[in-house]
Amino acid sequence: MIRLVTFLLMLLPSLALAQEKLVLGLSQDEVSITATFTGSELLIFGAISRETPPPQNSDLGVIIAVAGPNVPVTIRRKERVAGIWINTDSANIDIAPSFYAVATSGPLNEVLRPLEDLQHAITWDRVVRSAGQDAFSTTEFSEAFARIKESSNLFQMLEGAVALEDDTLFHTAITLPSNLTEGPYRTRIFLTRGGQVIDTLDTNIPVFKVGMERWLYNLSREQSALYGLLALLIAIIAGWTASAAFNAMRR
Amino acid sequence: MQIYLPIAEISVNIYLLLGIGGLVGVLSGMFGVGGGFLITPLLFFVGIPPAVAVATSANQIVASSVSALMAHIKRKGVDWWMGTVLLIGGLIGSAIGVQVFNLLKELGQVDLLVNLCYVVFLGVVGGLMMVESLRALRRSKNAQPAKRKRHNWVHNLPFKVKFRVSGLYISVIPPLLVGMSVGVLAAIMGVGGGFIMVPAMIYVLGMPTKVVIGTSLFQIIFVAAFTTMMHAITNQTVDIVLALLLLIGGVIGAQFGTRIGMKLKAEQLRILLAGLVLLVCLKLAFDLLIEPSELFSIGDAL
Repeated sequence: MIRLVTFLLMLLPSLALAQEKLVLGLSQDEVSITATFTGSELLIFGAISRETPPPQNSDLGVIIAVAGPNVPVTIRRKERVAGIWINTDSANIDIAPSFYAVATSGPLNEVLRPLEDLQHAITWDRVVRSAGQDAFSTTEFSEAFARIKESSNLFQMLEGAVALEDDTLFHTAITLPSNLTEGPYRTRIFLTRGGQVIDTLDTNIPVFKVGMERWLYNLSREQSALYGLLALLIAIIAGWTASAAFNAMRR
Repeated sequence: MQIYLPIAEISVNIYLLLGIGGLVGVLSGMFGVGGGFLITPLLFFVGIPPAVAVATSANQIVASSVSALMAHIKRKGVDWWMGTVLLIGGLIGSAIGVQVFNLLKELGQVDLLVNLCYVVFLGVVGGLMMVESLRALRRSKNAQPAKRKRHNWVHNLPFKVKFRVSGLYISVIPPLLVGMSVGVLAAIMGVGGGFIMVPAMIYVLGMPTKVVIGTSLFQIIFVAAFTTMMHAITNQTVDIVLALLLLIGGVIGAQFGTRIGMKLKAEQLRILLAGLVLLVCLKLAFDLLIEPSELFSIGDAL
């Protein structure tokens, strides 16, 4: 994938209609999950730099794709067996982003040609299918996966959400929900002309727990027995304190 | 106000969690049940991942049970000897239960079996209790004192021991067996087992209701603590922040619950518990029988 992108990048200057390059800005270069974290709004903005004046026909497009870390999951389907709804079929997915958002500056079919989508794996379908996973040979499972992810805001298709001014400045806001998986969030920006990708930018936005959240999480993983005892200690002290406090109040 | 839970990895409203903890705490104090059969589904509903919900509610049960137990100790409502015998049985039972659980896991469909277990046991226990307590209530209205069956098969076994607080002189075998079977079920169903323990103590062992609750709480504390440790070490799914919020509500609720319980008649208390158990049973049965709106679900990889 990366090799393909670099190859295309090397190829691009010679192919480009006009030499247009992306310059990127981010509202924050990392997302910290604190105790009061309720999700985050990621502002992605940038400019298109040129050495020559832009062509007159305005078929410029900007596509921004943000992908969370891959988490292997199992999708299960319920069926009625002897009057009871139980899980029957299941499909494993080894590579699927825990979060995925695509924002475009216009209708998808205008800013991106299917062939380009196939090469760069930009839309959700292409991302999950590019891994060549058998789970997605059945569209039913892949549709259900997208549907469930979409309902919890973990999969967003934002057509026309990228504002493009004078074919030079662009910006968009992507809302990250609170139930994020930790890790690097790969952010890719594609500049297209007539649906053809002419420049790409690739960067990572780390999303990590900090402070107490970080400390508790690490403790639960690295010193799990100690963590368990701490949990019990808190429980016993809280129970005892409440009882003692109520008795004191009654006197 | 929202708070981010470090292990559940989700942000939830603080007051909602305090409320759930408080509600379950009241029930815990009133009936001597840990409330695990209630708190876990409530946490699912809020959006907590099932594995975290199961493990964390075990931790919260420890807190509310300690709080309620303190109140019962003050009123001499704990039979320590009986509690210890039940606990020994319970630990043996839960060791067996864990083996059974792993066996079921290998066969697949463990979720379904757990749910069916719930429906069957909650239904049977709730139904029997409801019928019996309604009958007892009718008897007491007719001004006839309710008689506990003083002598049944339970009283004809060897190894008799005097349980002074319960006013019983019975063999240790029945309490051991009760503790064991509750332990097995607790391990499989992931609960303290109070809702099975309490009726078993009343109807099988013939213990007076006032002692039953404190004694059940005593036993639950240890079973829930054991479960918490197991989850913390093997699955790392205990969320301390979530537990803390639940137990702040829980320990306060438990104090109120204990006082409400003291004011009610034993029969009324049993009818209320039976009603609650039946309600949860119906809800679970309903979920199994009605076509879900989303047939697919995303879970952790196998």
